[in-house]
Amino acid sequence: MLLNQFLLLAAVLFCIGVYGVLVRRNGMLVLMSIEIILNAVNINLVAFGALTDNVGGEVFALFTIAVAAAEVGIGLAIVLLMYRNRRSIDLSEADLLKG
Amino acid sequence: MNFLLLAAEGATELPMAVSSGTNWFLEHAWIVPLLPALSFVIILFFGKRMPKKGAEVGIAAVGLAFIFAVITGVAWIDHRDNFQPSPAAEHAVVIDGSVSVGDQVVLAAAETPVDGVAAEGTVGEAGAEAEAEHPTVAIHKSTTWLHNNGVGFDAGILVDGLSVLMLFVVTLVSLLVHVYSTDYVAGDRGYTHFFAFLSLFTASMLFFVLSDNILQMVVGWELVGVCSFVLIGHWWEEKANSDAAMKAFLTNRVGDTGLLIGVIILFFTAGNGSFDTLTINSNIVNGGVSHTALVVAAMSLTAAVMSKSGQFILHTWLPDAMAGPTPVSALIHAATMVVAGIYMVARLYPVFFEGMQIGGSSINLLAVVGAITLVFGGLLAFVQNDIKKVLAYSTISQLGYMAMALGVGAWTAAIFHLFTHAFFKACLFLGAGSASHAVHSFDMKKDMGGLKKWMPHTYRTFVVASLALAGVFPLAGFWSKDEILSGTGGWGLFGGTGGNGSYTFMLVMGTFGAALTGAYMTRVIYLTFHGEFRGHGTPHENGRRIIVPLYVLATVALLGGLVNLPPGFITGNHSSWQERFGHYVEPVAGYFPHIAHATPSYSLAIASSLVAFAGIGYAYWYYFVKLDNLAKATGESLTELPDGFVAKSGVARAGHTLLVQKYYLDHLYTDIIAGTTKGAIARAANWVNQNVIDGTVDLVGRTSVKAGRFTYDKIDQPIIDGIVNASGSASNAAGDGFRIVQTGKIQQYAALLFAGAALLGGVLVIVLSL
Repeated sequence: MLLNQFLLLAAVLFCIGVYGVLVRRNGMLVLMSIEIILNAVNINLVAFGALTDNVGGEVFALFTIAVAAAEVGIGLAIVLLMYRNRRSIDLSEADLLKG
Repeated sequence: MNFLLLAAEGATELPMAVSSGTNWFLEHAWIVPLLPALSFVIILFFGKRMPKKGAEVGIAAVGLAFIFAVITGVAWIDHRDNFQPSPAAEHAVVIDGSVSVGDQVVLAAAETPVDGVAAEGTVGEAGAEAEAEHPTVAIHKSTTWLHNNGVGFDAGILVDGLSVLMLFVVTLVSLLVHVYSTDYVAGDRGYTHFFAFLSLFTASMLFFVLSDNILQMVVGWELVGVCSFVLIGHWWEEKANSDAAMKAFLTNRVGDTGLLIGVIILFFTAGNGSFDTLTINSNIVNGGVSHTALVVAAMSLTAAVMSKSGQFILHTWLPDAMAGPTPVSALIHAATMVVAGIYMVARLYPVFFEGMQIGGSSINLLAVVGAITLVFGGLLAFVQNDIKKVLAYSTISQLGYMAMALGVGAWTAAIFHLFTHAFFKACLFLGAGSASHAVHSFDMKKDMGGLKKWMPHTYRTFVVASLALAGVFPLAGFWSKDEILSGTGGWGLFGGTGGNGSYTFMLVMGTFGAALTGAYMTRVIYLTFHGEFRGHGTPHENGRRIIVPLYVLATVALLGGLVNLPPGFITGNHSSWQERFGHYVEPVAGYFPHIAHATPSYSLAIASSLVAFAGIGYAYWYYFVKLDNLAKATGESLTELPDGFVAKSGVARAGHTLLVQKYYLDHLYTDIIAGTTKGAIARAANWVNQNVIDGTVDLVGRTSVKAGRFTYDKIDQPIIDGIVNASGSASNAAGDGFRIVQTGKIQQYAALLFAGAALLGGVLVIVLSL
C-alpha cells in the first residue's frame, strides 16, 4: 500500500486548513478550515490504522468526527452570537483581548 | 511442698500464682468509680438545666455504685471462700519467684491447706494461725496506659478484700452524704457545682482504692486532694474559707513530696522499674530489697500519711477544713481524703512492715506518730467551742489510732477501725450539721445547748455514734478499739498475749486516748443538747432527708462491730461468726507479710472499758452534775464551771492556753517558718531579679537593638530591598516588551501558535536526524 500518497494528501489538506485559519477573516470560513485540519488528521489515522492492520485507527477517526461535530456546534454558536452583537463576523474586528 | 519457703519469722511463705478472674463483678469493679465520674461530667455540663439541679444524677450514680459495690462485696466473699488457684499456675510463677504483670494477672497464694495434704509441717511451724487459712486470690486486671522507651505505665484495678471494703464504705457514706446534701445545701448558689464535685470526690477516692499500681495511686491521691480543696473552699467568698482550702492544699503538698520520693524509691528498688503494687509488695516480702531503701521509702511515705491523714504536726489543716460545708466534712473525715493515707499504708504494708521492722520491734516511727497524734488530737478537742472542730480533732485522734495500729502490726485492727470509724464519724458530722442547720451556727457555747428537746432524732443518733466513738460495749468502736489495743501486744506484761512486739508505750497512749475520747464526746453532748438553749429563735428538727441518713449511720455504728467478733468471744459452734472481717479483708498471700493476730483478752477489754468509762464519768460529773446544778441554781445557761481547774490552777491555765493556741503549731508554720523564710527568700529573689535577671534581660535587649539596627542598615535596605526592586523593574520591562505581541487578533495568535509548533517540529526533525 502506498502510505505516502495518503500522508501527502493529509499534509496538503492540513496546510490548506492552516492557511484558511490564519488568513480568512470570515468566521464561518475559519470554522470550515478547522474542519479541514481535523479531516487531515483523520486521513492520517485511517492510513496508519490500515497500514498496521489495526482497527483502532478507524475507531479514533470516528471519535474525532464526533468531537468535531460538537466543536463545530460550539463554534457556530460563537459565530452566531458574534453576528448578533456586531452585525459582522469579521474576525479582524474582534480584538477585545488586546493587551 | 518444695515450693514452700520459710520466712524469717517462721510463718509460711505463700507463693504467688497467676489466674484469671472468676467473677464478672470483681473483674469489672472499675465500673464503680466510673459511675460517679460520669455523673461529675453530666452534672457539670447539664446539671443547671435539670429539674433537681443535678442532684438526681449524683444520687443515682452513687446509688448505682453502692449497689454495684455491695454485689462486688458478696462476690468477693464467695470468691474468698471458694476460689482455688489452679496447680499449673502455681508452678509457673513459683519457679522464678517473681510476678509477671500482664493483661490478666492474678496474684494468689498457691498453697491450699484446706485439703489437708499440703503444709502440714509448715503451717504447724507457723503456729500463730489457729486455723490454716487458704490464700486470698486478688484479682488484678491492667492495661497499658502508655509505653515509652521500654518503660510501660499500666492502669488497672486490684480487687481484694481491702479494696472491696473501701468500695463499700466510700459508696455508702457518699450516698448518704448526697441525700443529706439535697436538704443541707438547698438553695445554695453553688448547688450544682457542689454536687458535681461531691461526685468527683467519690470517684477519685474509688479510683484511688482500686489502683493496681503506685503511680495510679499518686494520681488518685492528688485528685482527692484537689476535690477537697474545691469543696473546703466551696464558700470561697469569705476569706477564711478560701484560706482554709489553701491551707489544706498546701499542707498536703508537704506530704505529697514525701509520697513522690517514696514512690520513686519503690519504683527503682522494690519494683525494679515497675509501679505495680503487687510486684513491689511481693519483692519486698520475698526479701530481695535493700533494707536502707525501704527505711527511707517508709519514712517518706509516713510523711505523706502525716499530711493526708492529719497526723501530728501536719494535722493543722484538718480543723481548718471545717470551713467547708458539713456534708463535705463528713465525707472527708469518714470515707474519702483522710483515710487515703491509712489506706496507702495498708496497701503498701510490706514497705512499712519490713522497712520499720514492725514485726519484731517495740517502737517505730509510724506507731509513735500515731500514738502521739491520738493523745494530742484528743486533748485539743477539749478546748474547742465549734462542734465541728471538736469532731475534727476527734478524727485526728482516731486516725492516730489507725496509724498506730498499722505501726504496731495490727493491720486488720487498723482497717477494722477505719471501717467502724467511717460510720460513726459520718453520723457525728451529719448530726452536727443537723444541729447547726437548726441554729445557724457551729458555736456550741454561744448558740447551742438544750437541743435535745427540739431535735430528738438528731440527739438519739448523735448519742449512739458518740458512744460508738467512745468505745462503749457492744457498739462498733468498742470492738475495733479493743482490737487495736490488744494488737499492741503491750498487755503481755499483764498476762495478755499476742501482737507483733511489745508496744507498751502505744498501749498506754491508746488507753489514755480512750478516756479522752469518752470525756470530750460527753462534753460535746452536754454543750449541744443539754442545759438551756443559748441561741436565738426556736430550733426545729430537720426533714427526712437529713434524719434518715443519720439513722442509717447510727444503725451501722451500733451493729458494725459485730462483723469482727474476736476469737473466743462466742465459744462453741459459732466460730463462723468470729473474725469474719479479718477473714475476708486481710490478704493471706505471697504479696503480704504474715500478720500476727493478737489474742484478745478479757482483762484488757475490761480495763480499757473502765478507763473509757472513767473519762466519760468524769466529764459527766463535771457537766451533767456540777455544771447542771450550778446552772439550775443560778438560773443561767453555763458552759464551764467558774471555779474549775483552769480558773484555779496556773499550770492548768498554761495547759489550756497551749491547747487553745493549738500547741502554737500554726504560729510556728505561718509566723516563724513561713515568716522568716518568706522575707529572706523574697529579698534574695529581689536581688537576683534586679541584678542577675534584669541585667541579663537588659543586655539581651540592648544587643538585640544593635543587631537589628545593623541588619536594617547594611543588609535589609541595600541587599534585600535591592533584589526586590530589581525584580520588579525587570518584570516591568519584560511586560512592556511582550505587550506588543498582544494585539487581540485571534488569527495572529494562531499564526504564532503554528509558527511555534513548526519551529519545534523543525527542531525535533533535526534532533532525530542527528
